[in-house]
Amino acid sequence: MKTELRRSRQEMGKHTMMTEPRKTGPARRTVLLGAAGAAAALAMPRSGLAAASVPAPKASLWPEAAFKATVPDAALKALWGSSTLVSTDQVKMEAPDIAENGAVVPISVDANETAITGAALLARHNPYSLACAYEIPEGTSPAISSRLKLARTTEVVAAVKAGGKLYATSKQVKVTLGGCG
Amino acid sequence: MAHQILVHATTSGGVTTVEALIKHPMDSGFVKGKDGKLIPPHYIEVVEFTHKGKLVLRGFWGPAVSKNPFIRFSFKGGASGDPIGVSWVDNKGETANMSASIM
Repeated sequence: MKTELRRSRQEMGKHTMMTEPRKTGPARRTVLLGAAGAAAALAMPRSGLAAASVPAPKASLWPEAAFKATVPDAALKALWGSSTLVSTDQVKMEAPDIAENGAVVPISVDANETAITGAALLARHNPYSLACAYEIPEGTSPAISSRLKLARTTEVVAAVKAGGKLYATSKQVKVTLGGCG
Repeated sequence: MAHQILVHATTSGGVTTVEALIKHPMDSGFVKGKDGKLIPPHYIEVVEFTHKGKLVLRGFWGPAVSKNPFIRFSFKGGASGDPIGVSWVDNKGETANMSASIM
């Protein structure tokens, strides 16, 4: 019994030793990611460091009701006062068909409509539908890329506001691993 | 720096493209920490980009924006050397800002 136990312990020891390199795997990956991040940081210009500070935005501008809405219609109504969407191919959205990691899903939106004043991205099956919204002043392109969290496989809606009307396009994104814990 | 913002702006053909990487946890309030308790929500609510002090983009973000948010957009105008300002405020009232020149 005892020897067996010892042996099994030894084997366990061996086992852990064998798996040890695996354990370092993620760490190494993190290091690599960190290195990539550092490289990116180096590539970014730091010339602005000494420049004068920029005034902070007013937190009161944040459309709280829109962000607390749990369905896209309610979110759009709270955000822009209307949820009537005109489906159009003039609004383009780039999103992956399958997102392996729901925590970081790159999504970009673009639109051909003129006089666009706002853009929003909504995920139908997220706990809160509205992911982000933008106010687009004249001269700024409505092409915006960012990264969102998706809780599970969901329809992502890209909506833009132009001349009092809302235009939208949507895409189903399959999420393998949810991004909301 | 606790709240780091990396800004990279380039201009070409009269259009300036701004890329920004903001260091922020963007906790949604739905994720449990190591102690099994929910991590309270902590995310950026409003982010503003300015060109020579004039607003070029205002973003409203919710908890569904990924950790360490990245954003890319472009606007008409802008010349090499012009200042681009970025500032944000989160749901805890914390703020950060950064200014960089267009390359």
